[in-house]
Parts: sequence; structure tokens; C-alpha cells
Amino acid sequence: MTGNDLQSYAPLLLHLTLAMALSGVLVLLSSLVGWRRPSTTKSQPYECGITPTGDAREPFSVKFYLVAMVFILFDVEAIFLYPWAYIFRELRWFGFVEMILYIGILLVGYFYLWKKGALDWNRPAVRRDRAS
Amino acid sequence: MSLPLQDLCRVAPEIVLCAFAMLVMLLAPIVPRARHGILSTISVLGAGIALAATRFPAMYPGAAYSGLFRADAFSLFVHWIVCGAAFLVILGSTSYLQREDLDAGEFCALILLATAGMGIMAGAQELLTAFIGLEMSSIASYILASYKRDAPRSNEAGMKYFLLGSFATAFFLYGIALFFGASGSTRLDMMTPLANDSARTLLKMGLGFIFVGLAFKVAAAPFHLWAPDVYEGAPAPVTALLSTGPKAATFALALRILADVGAASPLWFWALWVAAVLSMFAGNLAALVQTSLKRMLAYSSVAHAGYILVALATAAATDHAEAGIAAALFYLVGYALVQLGAFLIVAQLGGPGERHVEIEDFAGVARRQPAMAACLSLFLLSLLGLPVTVGFLGKFYVFNAALESNLIWLAILLGLNSVIAAYYYLRVIVAMYMLREPEQEIAAEPVPWTLSLVLWIASMGTVYIGLFPARVIGFAAKAALNMR
Repeated sequence: MTGNDLQSYAPLLLHLTLAMALSGVLVLLSSLVGWRRPSTTKSQPYECGITPTGDAREPFSVKFYLVAMVFILFDVEAIFLYPWAYIFRELRWFGFVEMILYIGILLVGYFYLWKKGALDWNRPAVRRDRAS
Repeated sequence: MSLPLQDLCRVAPEIVLCAFAMLVMLLAPIVPRARHGILSTISVLGAGIALAATRFPAMYPGAAYSGLFRADAFSLFVHWIVCGAAFLVILGSTSYLQREDLDAGEFCALILLATAGMGIMAGAQELLTAFIGLEMSSIASYILASYKRDAPRSNEAGMKYFLLGSFATAFFLYGIALFFGASGSTRLDMMTPLANDSARTLLKMGLGFIFVGLAFKVAAAPFHLWAPDVYEGAPAPVTALLSTGPKAATFALALRILADVGAASPLWFWALWVAAVLSMFAGNLAALVQTSLKRMLAYSSVAHAGYILVALATAAATDHAEAGIAAALFYLVGYALVQLGAFLIVAQLGGPGERHVEIEDFAGVARRQPAMAACLSLFLLSLLGLPVTVGFLGKFYVFNAALESNLIWLAILLGLNSVIAAYYYLRVIVAMYMLREPEQEIAAEPVPWTLSLVLWIASMGTVYIGLFPARVIGFAAKAALNMR
């Protein structure tokens, strides 16, 4: 890469340096000049004003991951509906059929999840004990 | 806007594969477990129909979806390999799934989806489309590698494959980004003349990253370290698929880039040269000291990736690259047939839980199961490259192509490596035919007819193409000519 390309980034670099220097100076100053009176309440982790209870690092059910993943999948796929709706009139029947197909594919996935019990929170994970 | 019927015809095999995968996924939770055999049957049918559906892209060759995908003789050839591999693996694994008490539905659906991804890779004419194909096949492979959830080895294989595979994917993606930055397009066939030196540097870096990503996926040294662990830990039928289909598709993508992007050939030539030599030596030398047959075959597949890379280096070296491309395609056919057969035999002879995959466990197999021993010997001899088998001709064409484009050293190293490889292939055959059986009797399980059929197809193919290669090599040459 030649120098000419990089030169256009010079203001950005200047900005970065300035920002880092300024924030560094501020943090340094406040720790030098300011005074500290620690107390038990103050040194507790901040939990949005609620009294903290126990450690956050404990194992929790793997089902959270499953549900979160499924949610993300369907959530992201719903995004495609917006641009489709926007140009629906231009696409006419072609767009309609394509979207029906698309939603059909999603429904297959949904049906699979449902039947496999991924949406049922109270059911134990679908896993049989095998003698191995 | 009307229905793009011709475009749909050009991706007909992928549509069939995806439709059948969805059908199987729909049926999987409904059909009772005892009757899961029917899912395998449907999937075999799906792979077969996809194979037949390659008629459609053959009838309407050309670019589809505004140039994202291309149906030509080359993509057709690779489609045959990957769909055929899926067909044989699903058919050959039905009895394995029953024996190991694994769900057939998801297994088959994942194989079909992976195959659709490989098909997309074979036809992709644009890097992001290729990336989607690569990911479709990779993600399905990660799950398949860890399909035996109760076995720690299988879990380990899946985890390793996933972590290293996503790392390689990141390389590939970064390469695409740089390629786009340099050329202003992700289309492979629409390279604009580069603006200046900085664009040229970007393109070089991009192609370098893409090379690393692809080399990882085909398990070429020095990016092969994941392969032995994954191939050994994954269920044997999955290994059969992993070491054939995705490899063929990835090599196809590399060849497509070599043929379409003019700047790739001079840039990749030395990388291919070095990777080829390293893969041949790393694979063969490590295979010499293995005690597990599965692991030995894994290292041998690294070596075979090296042989194919020799063909790729040939394709990159000369102006008339057709010989190299044709040799690579032909090699892939022979390699896929044989490798599939060998791993499926390992799956069967390994017994429940695949406990007997050490080479010493194969002592006396010739007496217990003569047919299986004969098949495995044939496959090993083909991997070794003995005349009459397809492996010999594959090596011959690669060797010839290398000589024609004056890559004397590569040709010499290829020959040398074939000699090294003889030792460990023959060791297995010696064990099967000459060593005494182990103390504790390993029960000879009856061979299910599905597996017999697959092995019959594979061994017949090995010998038939080995004796009458004209049609296959003819088509490979046509595919290679057609690419430019």
C-alpha cells in the first residue's frame, strides 16, 4: 500500500491520539486529585440498584442457549419480511410465491423444533440413556 | 417478473437435495424410531434423484442468477462426484446407524444439505455464493462429526473441527473482502483491470487468505493438523463423506478460481507447489507409524490431497491448464470411490462402537470375512496406485500433466511418495491375509445387503474405470476445456 492511501487516514489517527490522550489525562487526574472513602456498599458490584445476591458465575440450564439460538434464528429471518413488504407491489405474484416458499421452509424448521420438544421448557432434554 | 425457469433448471440438483432434506426433517420427529430405516430410504432416493437431476443443468448450460452460479461441464462433473458420494454414504451407513443406535433422520438430512452446499461450491462463479456453499457443507459437517453424542472421541472431533474450521472460514471471508476491495466485485469472471499498485497488493493478500481457507478445508499441509483427529473421532461413515465430498467441492472451487482469475495462477503456483510437497510428505511419513487403520487412512488422505495439489500446481503453471484440471478431476473420482469404500468397510469391521479399528485387529480378516478383505485390499491397492485400478490411472494422469508442464521435481517427489505409501498400505493387506488372528475372537458380523451393494458399486467402479477410463477422462477433459 502506498503512502498516498494512508495519508487520508491522518486526521483519523490524530483524532484517535487526542481522544486517548485526553481520556488518559482525565482518568489520571481524577485518581490523583480526587479522594476516596470506600465502604462496603460502595465496593459492591453495581446491579441496577438492586441488592446483589450471590455470584453471577454459576452454571445455568443449557436450554437457555437453545431458546436464545432459536429466537435469534427466527428473529433474523423475520427481517427479510420488511424489504419484501416494501417492494411487494413490484414483485407481484412472483414475490408472493417466493415468500410463501420461504415461510414454508421456516415452518418446516418450526415444526421440527416443536415436535422435538425444543420449545417445551419443562420436558427433560430429548436424550435417551444408552448403554455405551 | 416471471419465474426464472432456466435458472431453476440450472440449480435443479440443489433444489432436489434441499427438498428431500426438508422432507426427511419433517418426517424425522413423526416416524417412530423403530422405523427410521424409511428415512434412510427416502434420503437415498433423494440423492439418486439429485444425481438424475443433473440432466437439467446439462440441458441448460450457462450462468444462472445474474452470474452468481454457473452450470457447465465442470460443475456437472463435480456434481456427479458429490451427489454420488452422498448416495453411497447414505446407503452404506443405514446398517451402521442401526447398529450404533443413532437417529437416521438428522444424519441423512445433514448429509443432503451438506451435499447441496458442495454443489453450490462446484458451480459458484462468485465468491459470496461460494462462501455460502462452503458454510452449508462445513456447518453440516461439524454436526455430523460429533454425531455420536455419547462418545467423547466424536465430541472432541466435532469441537476441533468446528473451532479450527470457523477459523479457516474467517480467513476465507477476509480474503473475499480484500478481493472485493481490490477488484470492486466478488464475481470471479468479471475481474476489472486493477487500478494501481495498492489494489494489486490487496488482491495478492486476498488471494493468499482465500488459499489458506481452501487449503484448510482440503486438509493440505501445513493446514492438515485437524484432519487425523477429526477423521478418527467422527463416526466412520461420516469420515467417508468428509474425506470425499467436501474435498472434491473445495478443489473444484480452487480450480474455478485458478481458471477464472488470471492473477491467481502466478500467485498460487508456489503456494500450491509447497503445499503439495508438504502434504505428500507429511501425510505419508505420518501414516507410516500409525497403529489405527482409521488414523492411517486419515493421514493417507492428507497425502492424496497433496497428489491432487500437484495437479493444481500444474494447472497454475502452464497456459494450457486443461491437462492439470482434467487430471485433478479424474483423480477425485477415483479417490472418492476408493476412500468411501475403505471407510465404510472400517465402519463395518470395527464392530459395535468401532472398537476394532487398530491394524492388528484386522489380522485374519481374510479368513473371517473373505469378501470384505478382498474389497479392502482392492481399495488399498487403488490408493497405492497399482495398475488395473483407478488409482493408478489417476496418479498416471497427474504425473503426466506435471511432466508436460516441466514440473520435473514435483513429478519425482510424487513418484517417491507413492513408494513410501506402499509400505503402510501393504502392511494392512499383509495383516489381513498373513497374520494370525488375535487371541480374543472378534465376532464376524453378517454384512448387510445395503453395504454389500455400496462396496460392489465402489469396487466395480474402481476396476471398471481402471480398465476403461476413456469416458471418464474424456468428460474430465471436456469439463476442463469448457472452463475458460
